[in-house]
Amino acid sequence: MLAEELKTIAGQERDMQAARTASINVCAAASCQALQSEELKKALAQAAAAQGYGPQACLVRQVGCLGLCGVGPLVSVEPGGILYQHVQPSDAEEIVAALEGPPVKRLRLDAEMPFFARQERIVLENSGQIDPDRLEDYIARDGYLALNTVLHEMHPAEVIAEVAQAGLRGRGGAGYPTGLKWETVAKAAGSPKFVVCNADEGDPGAFMDRSVLESDPHRVLEGMAIAAYAVGASEGYMYVRAEYPLAIARLKTALRLAERHGLLGGGICGSHFNFRISLRLGAGAYVCGEETALLASIEGLRGTPHPRPPYPAQSGLWGHPTLINNVETFANIAPIVRRGGAWFSGIGTERSKGTKVFALAGSIRNSGVIEVPMGMTLRDIVFAIGGGIPDGRRFKAVQTGGPSGGCIPEEFLDTPVDYERLTSLGSIMGSGGIVVMDETSSMVDVARYFMEFCMTESCGKCIPCRAGTVQMYELLGRFSERRARPADLRMLETLCDLVRNTSLCGLGQSAPNPVLSTLRYFRPEYEAALAAETLGGAA
Amino acid sequence: MPAYLQKIQPPSDDKRWNIVAATMKTLGNRPSALIEALHTLQQSFGYLDKAGLTFVAAVLRMPLSQVYGAATFYHYFTLKPQGEHSCVVCTGTACYIKGANALLQSLETHEGVKPGQTTPDGRLSVSTARCFGTCGLALVAVMDGQMASYVTPETLQQHLEGIGIHVG
Repeated sequence: MLAEELKTIAGQERDMQAARTASINVCAAASCQALQSEELKKALAQAAAAQGYGPQACLVRQVGCLGLCGVGPLVSVEPGGILYQHVQPSDAEEIVAALEGPPVKRLRLDAEMPFFARQERIVLENSGQIDPDRLEDYIARDGYLALNTVLHEMHPAEVIAEVAQAGLRGRGGAGYPTGLKWETVAKAAGSPKFVVCNADEGDPGAFMDRSVLESDPHRVLEGMAIAAYAVGASEGYMYVRAEYPLAIARLKTALRLAERHGLLGGGICGSHFNFRISLRLGAGAYVCGEETALLASIEGLRGTPHPRPPYPAQSGLWGHPTLINNVETFANIAPIVRRGGAWFSGIGTERSKGTKVFALAGSIRNSGVIEVPMGMTLRDIVFAIGGGIPDGRRFKAVQTGGPSGGCIPEEFLDTPVDYERLTSLGSIMGSGGIVVMDETSSMVDVARYFMEFCMTESCGKCIPCRAGTVQMYELLGRFSERRARPADLRMLETLCDLVRNTSLCGLGQSAPNPVLSTLRYFRPEYEAALAAETLGGAA
Repeated sequence: MPAYLQKIQPPSDDKRWNIVAATMKTLGNRPSALIEALHTLQQSFGYLDKAGLTFVAAVLRMPLSQVYGAATFYHYFTLKPQGEHSCVVCTGTACYIKGANALLQSLETHEGVKPGQTTPDGRLSVSTARCFGTCGLALVAVMDGQMASYVTPETLQQHLEGIGIHVG
């Protein structure tokens, strides 16, 4: 598809939108869909027809994630940006009747509340605004414009320079500079080269990538295609976890539409550039989020990591140079190209640029997906945006980075969120899952929960991780059952040190993090478990 | 004709083998098709049995040991026949905080099945998953492919009774 055609489609779509009296947008991401939002959409469409609105006058459609998953199903009404929460099919008539009058008060969700107002949306700019299954919707919001510009007006080196200038860092958790990674792959000798998107979002409590893929799949595909052009690749793989059936379905539709319209495949946008993307499903192995294990899985092998170097940039899929980035990283590419690296680097902190998408869950009022500029404090995220702890309970800790991260207590809540600062607190940025815990959570049990996770997910290739996680899990069990001795505490610390420093891949190296951070901030809970035994006289 | 050029015949004339064979063929019958082939196999037959694994190994020209290795490595694949109904309980962090363990415990007490097991009458299989990514609805369980939100031991029992599963 050529630039002119893109503009024509975008223009037609915008005209159609302008001609409509209203559009009713029903959230069709996994969370709201689990709450029967499809039934709701049907009921709304029937109600609209019954009240005399033709499809030209009032469009009832599905859109991507509206963000506040905890109060779904969500519905938004344009114009006016009115949001409704907990909408049931029985509310349909009332909502349609209110289209040209005051909104339905009892269902209204304040769109100006801090949860929405404090966000800054780049990755999620189309989330909840477009129908993810319609290519035209994406094009109407400048979709594939960046790819077109890149292919016709930019040299691959210029694209890499733009991304480097933006200061974008890998959103999968490690925070490696994206521009540098692209440059390494571009310079690596060998052909063919591959571009791989890591959508194996394995951290429990993290659902940002699911939300992006379900709400705006084309955005990620466009980012991958731009990356492929920049590094000189012609083949790509999208590795999605099998637990996300809806994201997989949306991606399949998106891939089919993009190929049919010449936005992927051969001779993209009338240029000589070819790029094809194949979908690969994960099979429930957490370790496959580690890049070398993921590549092994694409090759059809057991997902076990191998030592780096060589890095995938030099020797990845079948020994060829391979660029591997996370979903959110790719989703940032099109806006960077469209608006320039300088614009992007103006957002965020000194060393962490741009925004970060987080998934808020656990003991928190506003559970959902948010996007905030880097450098916002944890307190703002948990209390202003998240609305604090429900049921009058007290905040205890916030867990970031999943099983590789740590628990951060109240006294550090004013820390601005960026890669370095979270690491210095003994946690990590991770992929973006934030799980809030209140006073009812035992930190020893939380540490044990994550250790159980790492123990069962350890691939078994290297001994420190395979055996160490089992031993640490046993030791933590003694603490939860209050039969630990002081020597157990010392042994636990020794093992943390050993597993962290000698494991082969990130899974093992970071497995002790939940233990170390809870030991650092909640040591009395461990010591209380000791004291109970001493008092019992069992020693 | 040399043996390696001969077409591998499926174990029986069951139509479902054609779907599995087609998946592998689309991906060039190469070893890299293994995970996709196992997905299709499990989707078509409900679980992976020896006949299926042997067929996949033969078509992809891989040692059966390697196919078996992958099939047992990934949690998503199961080598045991599944019950008529399935219940997958999420044990992600948010669901853990909201009491996933208590839910599993109640399933064990009432139905006598632990995760990874099927009731003796073959009516219900219980398993766990690591986060479905709908943490706002915790606690989450997927019943026969349908996601159930804010699950408690009580609502789960009601649901099971609703689909005619005996409560012991």
